[in-house]
Amino acid sequence: MIFQPAIIALLLAAGLSLAMLLIAAPFAAQVIRHWDIASGSERQLRLERLTYLFSTLVAFVCLIQILAALLFVFNADKMSVMFVGAMCAVGALNVNEFGFPALYLQLALFFLAALWLALNHADSRARDYPLVKLKYALLLAAIPLFAASLALQMQYFLGLKADVITSCCGSMFSADAPTLASEVGALAPGPAFIVFYGAIGAAVGLAAWHWRRRDDLSGYATGLGALAAFVACIAGILAFVSLYIYEHPNHHCPFCILKPDYEYRGYGLYIPLFAAAAAGMSAGVLRLFARRPSLAQVVPPLTARLAATAAIGYVAFALIASLMIWQSKLILIE
Amino acid sequence: MNTWIEKQRHLIDFTVASLARRKGKNLGLLSIYGLLVFVLASVALYTHALRAEATKVLAGTPEIVLQRLVAGRHDLIPPGYIERIGRIRGVQKKEGRLWGYYYDSVVKANYTFMVAPGMKIARGEIVVGPALERSRGLAAGNGISFRSYSGELHTFIVADVLPQSSELVSADLVLMHEEDFRAFFKYPEGHYTDVALSVANPQEIKNVAVKLMNALPDSRPILRDEVLRTYASIFDWREGIMLALLAAAILAFGILAWEKAAGLSAEEKREIGILKAIGWETGDVIKMKFWEGLLISLLAFLLGYIAAYLHVFHADAVLFEPVLKGWAVLYPRFTLTPHIDGLQIATLFFFTVFPYTAAVLVPIWRAATTDPDTVMRG
Amino acid sequence: MLELTNIRKAFNQGRHNEYWALSGIDLAIPERKVTALRGPSGSGKTTLLTILGCLARPTEGRVRLKGEDISGLPERFLTEIRRQTFGFIFQQFNLIRGLSAIENVVLPAYPTGRPRKVLLERAEALLADVNLGHRRDAKVEWLSGGEQQRVAICRALINDPEALIADEPTANLDTKLSKEFLGILERLAASGRTIILTSHDPMVVESAVVDHVVTLRDGQIVDEK
Repeated sequence: MIFQPAIIALLLAAGLSLAMLLIAAPFAAQVIRHWDIASGSERQLRLERLTYLFSTLVAFVCLIQILAALLFVFNADKMSVMFVGAMCAVGALNVNEFGFPALYLQLALFFLAALWLALNHADSRARDYPLVKLKYALLLAAIPLFAASLALQMQYFLGLKADVITSCCGSMFSADAPTLASEVGALAPGPAFIVFYGAIGAAVGLAAWHWRRRDDLSGYATGLGALAAFVACIAGILAFVSLYIYEHPNHHCPFCILKPDYEYRGYGLYIPLFAAAAAGMSAGVLRLFARRPSLAQVVPPLTARLAATAAIGYVAFALIASLMIWQSKLILIE
Repeated sequence: MNTWIEKQRHLIDFTVASLARRKGKNLGLLSIYGLLVFVLASVALYTHALRAEATKVLAGTPEIVLQRLVAGRHDLIPPGYIERIGRIRGVQKKEGRLWGYYYDSVVKANYTFMVAPGMKIARGEIVVGPALERSRGLAAGNGISFRSYSGELHTFIVADVLPQSSELVSADLVLMHEEDFRAFFKYPEGHYTDVALSVANPQEIKNVAVKLMNALPDSRPILRDEVLRTYASIFDWREGIMLALLAAAILAFGILAWEKAAGLSAEEKREIGILKAIGWETGDVIKMKFWEGLLISLLAFLLGYIAAYLHVFHADAVLFEPVLKGWAVLYPRFTLTPHIDGLQIATLFFFTVFPYTAAVLVPIWRAATTDPDTVMRG
Repeated sequence: MLELTNIRKAFNQGRHNEYWALSGIDLAIPERKVTALRGPSGSGKTTLLTILGCLARPTEGRVRLKGEDISGLPERFLTEIRRQTFGFIFQQFNLIRGLSAIENVVLPAYPTGRPRKVLLERAEALLADVNLGHRRDAKVEWLSGGEQQRVAICRALINDPEALIADEPTANLDTKLSKEFLGILERLAASGRTIILTSHDPMVVESAVVDHVVTLRDGQIVDEK
């Protein structure tokens, strides 16, 4: 294990998030078992008060997951000097088989938390809190995922061993150490180009459609479109957007664009992308509950707004990416 | 949207007013919070600057340094040794270096005497680092005598003083002519301290090192990248140890924050009760408390970080130097190059704002869910 | 305006010291009238007032506000209704110390997100209306009891509610100030607001302003006229 501050901070974040959810778990179970909105009993009043704690807590955990994902990537990048053959974050994440899964799970937790918050938002606007049991069941179901996240990070960090001169008297150089894969696999730029712009176009179109129609079909389509576009956008960043930013035909790294060397341009891409994906997927999921009587008035304007957010986010993302490509001196496709 | 913003403005207004009303309590929390940020930020800034300094030092050094070992100890490079290396593909330049240590009993410190590669220094003249300039009161044109290990007195004229930038490297340096060096230390003719090899292609370095080991089994090649890696992990490790030691402080701070948030005064409880009764919702009170925490955190973070910045870069980290530097005694003061980065700030955030928020979450919720009818029943 | 059917309210439910503050209340509060609740202390009139004013939910029974059943509503929605419908005047005035009179008056409007300028204008008009215009920036702890109550009245009116709820409004006032309060009450009633108050001050309960008196004892209504 490499003992250093960012790693301690990450483990602290994962551990505390899990601990807070675990402490909250018995209360969540109580809500599921005893919730009765029609009752005015003291127990029901207490449970209703608890719901405030949970929404605050999950919002906090959601924020932590975003920041932790960023810190995770930053830290991997900084650690890359310690491993022979690792040029940037990708190399450091490839040091053992837990690096990338830990990152993926972190991102998945972010999206789950965002979806939960969307559900919570809709639910707390309906006078009878129709989704309350579902919400708390989901919360309990998510606990193993948070535990897995902590476990993966532990495995990853514990498995790290810097390639270091062990004492002043012995020179250790890692001739036999396997060279780390410092690049991620990527699509060929040509097809990726089509998939990238096609998927964004489709996602924006579907979201706009839902914004006008506000019905189930367009809602589900918006959710799926947003998910597909997210995958396509990440693939696009790997396949060609990053190359244009680095002005280098082979550097497919999705993380280096976050660095000051590239004027932090990655944030311009990732912030609208993640916001759009989270909003679009939330719209799709919320649509599932549009038929509940008390939600019938709440869900349609909400999903319409989420769809609009998703459309704006994807358009912004596409514009920013296109601008970066246009300004680049690299020529990939004649 | 506008009502939302307007509402947040109202809440912030109220929060600022209520913070101002309870100056004593909040200043206490703020100063402890700020102190924690200060300590952590000092550690982070200091180790980070040292690391940057080390990287800068190493940037100017050759890719590979070859030493010769005799019985596992570093020994001189004999004549003809360099030629035995022969031609290795990828090696651009190889040259013998001459350097050594000299103990100056006047100021009780070690100097590094060195023959400057690629620098023209006339016989009888030396170029000194800024530390010598200070400790011995030297300036260009002055003369200085050193008693060599053989007992003779050698006098040199200071031709120049090295610039202040990156003092960590150059502070204790004394650069001189090769013949002066050999005469001063009675260094045998044709012998060198070690051999520097420059390799242009970073991919080749490892192969070159393997070939050197094969050609000269009694040699020890030291790769710059490995030194860099070692430094990086040593500095990080030290910082980590410091933080682990400070974990108790962070925990204590978390408990304090919890206490402060949970131990609401009767006056504050009454206020929250009133707000609830006159139409504030639980969520509004939580938001108000959230703004309060955010304001305190930002302020503490800003104050602590600025204080740490001044401490490390303008006051030479007086409080931590003995713990963290662990370098030779000669460096009574050297100014680090200011360096701030995002990772560091993000890490600090995790060590301060995160525990604070986690600690106050439950007490805030508890206070916010006061029954609206309590003021009438009281 | 408000209809209560078979309202019961328990405290410390399920514990050995469980007790029912209200046991089966049926009551209708007429619109645009002044209703007074009276009874000895411990009779449940304050508890009843908190249920009427949507500050608390009944343990059992139904509350209808203008025909809509609000008895099962979670606090979040109840608060919204309360903010729009009711203004409160408490026995201890319950102003926030350290804030000026006008800042206290605008507090209930903060969650509505109305612009500050509009709020301040309205608050100023309200204060001027009760002859407190000159005291707007005075800290509330510097105000006399009568002035404090007038600030509390202004605060109750900032969201322009249909109904006012007052808990023992004259308990901390001398006769002269009580008369003054009754004067204000009269003006408010004349402007078409529904007013509900608790009091065991005969001066209030027997005054001509009060249209409807409800007497409670041991959590039940014993007299209504």
